[in-house]
Amino acid sequence: MQNLLEFKDVCLSYHTPERETYALSHLSFCAKEGEFLAIVGPSGCGKSTLLNLICGLLKPEQGEIRIHGIPLAQSHMNIGYMLQRDHLFDWRTIYKNVLLGLEIQHQTTPEKIKYVDNLLAAYGLDKFKDAYPSQLSGGMRQRAALIRTLAMEPDLLLLDEPFSALDYQTRLNVSDDIGIIIRQEKKTAILVTHDISEAISMADRVLILTSRPAHLKKQITIDLEIANRTPMSSRNAPKFKHYFNLIWKELNNDDSHLVRTAAISEKEKAR
Amino acid sequence: MTPISSAQRQYLKKKKQDNRIVVFVRIFIFLIFLCLWEISTNLNILDSFIFSSPSRVCRTIYQMYQEHALLPHIGVTLLETFLSFACVLVLGMACAVLLWSFPLVSRIVEPYLVVLNSLPKSALAPLLIVWLGANTRTIVVAGMSVAIFGTIISLYSGFLEIDPDKLKLIATLGGGKWDCLTKVVLPASIPLILSVMKVNIGLCLVGVIIGEFIGARQGLGYLIIYGTQVFKLDWVMMSIVILCIAATALYGILNLLEKNYRKRH
Ligand SMILES: Nc1ncnc2c1ncn2[C@@H]1O[C@H](COP(=O)(O)OP(=O)(O)OP(=O)(O)O)[C@@H](O)[C@H]1O
Ligand SMILES: [Mg+2]
Repeated sequence: MQNLLEFKDVCLSYHTPERETYALSHLSFCAKEGEFLAIVGPSGCGKSTLLNLICGLLKPEQGEIRIHGIPLAQSHMNIGYMLQRDHLFDWRTIYKNVLLGLEIQHQTTPEKIKYVDNLLAAYGLDKFKDAYPSQLSGGMRQRAALIRTLAMEPDLLLLDEPFSALDYQTRLNVSDDIGIIIRQEKKTAILVTHDISEAISMADRVLILTSRPAHLKKQITIDLEIANRTPMSSRNAPKFKHYFNLIWKELNNDDSHLVRTAAISEKEKAR
Repeated sequence: MTPISSAQRQYLKKKKQDNRIVVFVRIFIFLIFLCLWEISTNLNILDSFIFSSPSRVCRTIYQMYQEHALLPHIGVTLLETFLSFACVLVLGMACAVLLWSFPLVSRIVEPYLVVLNSLPKSALAPLLIVWLGANTRTIVVAGMSVAIFGTIISLYSGFLEIDPDKLKLIATLGGGKWDCLTKVVLPASIPLILSVMKVNIGLCLVGVIIGEFIGARQGLGYLIIYGTQVFKLDWVMMSIVILCIAATALYGILNLLEKNYRKRH
């Protein structure tokens, strides 16, 4: 399969009057067409930065990002970005909120609107078209936010901890819903999350980043050996626990931590 | 709906009773004030020539109305107030949007705005008369001068408080600065704009009256100054009473607009 997205040796720092923050250091990875990637890493390591780079909101200081082999700036691929909170506008109805992207791109053509109508109907929001966001539950709002992103028919979907503002119960349901939606629409997706189970249950491959400045520490291909996997059924797969422990170990096994354990074992040897 | 429990009913009843007391006492105080004013001037405790009296105010209103001398004054003052209010609205919004669009410009002009805002505007009025002449335009400008700088500052700082993630959302959907402005900043600021305008209508009225004090041949401000000069204090009192009513009415209109907006959202 062809690489849809390729990061080559990407570096980026943030500059503020107080300090320079080195966020990404020589980060390289790629994502295949139709693949669901999850990215986990310590908090503040630069995961959101990575997504902002892909979306073109930031430019790399070094290295390059290629889409289908073409530099990002020259590619015209549609990239959808779903933020942590839904950011539905209180002053717009759900329908107007969902159409926001098309409106901005001046693409409110009958075919596109029909596509959005179908999405709303397929994912149970057509009854709430004329409702305002405040009248919807957290899960429904997040679904509306996903449809707002899907309305642009993105070839690549970026999700930045999209469920972390939800309570646990809703979170399981919505991540199941949204995982199924993304697979049905056959999208390539990159999910950033703090939640290891969420990463395993949704992704084909999990990338683990180091703490700041982030580079790739390890990637783990998830093969749960079950048919028609959904996020919910994945959680019950026998191999789930195995992957959980693997990632857990990697995450806790930070470099500084490693040095400490090495020092301890040295001491033990000396005894 | 669940049936209302007796405790809830009692609570509501108490609430209603309190409201009634508040309204009743308010009106009562007003009536007492009018009676004291009227009686003390009738008994010559207060000099009715200087302090006027409710009955004299009413009589003056009636008389001037009969002579077609009252409505033009009220009309002129209100018209000037509305004009300066509208100009403040348009100009204030335009400047605030400009400052928001060009952060560097806003940093440059910030101290100037602060100084102009804290300057007592009545100090400017005589100057305006000299520069622009004694005409309606001057008075409208005087009205604007009181409200405009505060408006720019409040709107601009309101614009800055908008959640940056909402602007990021627009950027991820491929929108530029213009989309940020029209899709997020302006719609999100409507409640702020309404509340700023509610304050402005009163400020514009103040500015217009200041302007009329020094450079007008018509209007309630002129009537007040002219009344004191020829010692017709009935006119002065009457003008003040009418100003009270006008200010309350103008505020009421904008308050209604705001409430109406809140109800819809
Ligand atoms: N605009 C900015 N200016 C300066 N520093 C920034 C900026 N944005 C992020 N940073 C810093 O860069 C580092 C990486 O930020 P980033 O938001 O990418 O981390 P993250 O992995 O998404 O964190 P979290 O787990 O909290 O979401 C952080 O230490 C943050 O403080
Ligand atoms: Mg983040």
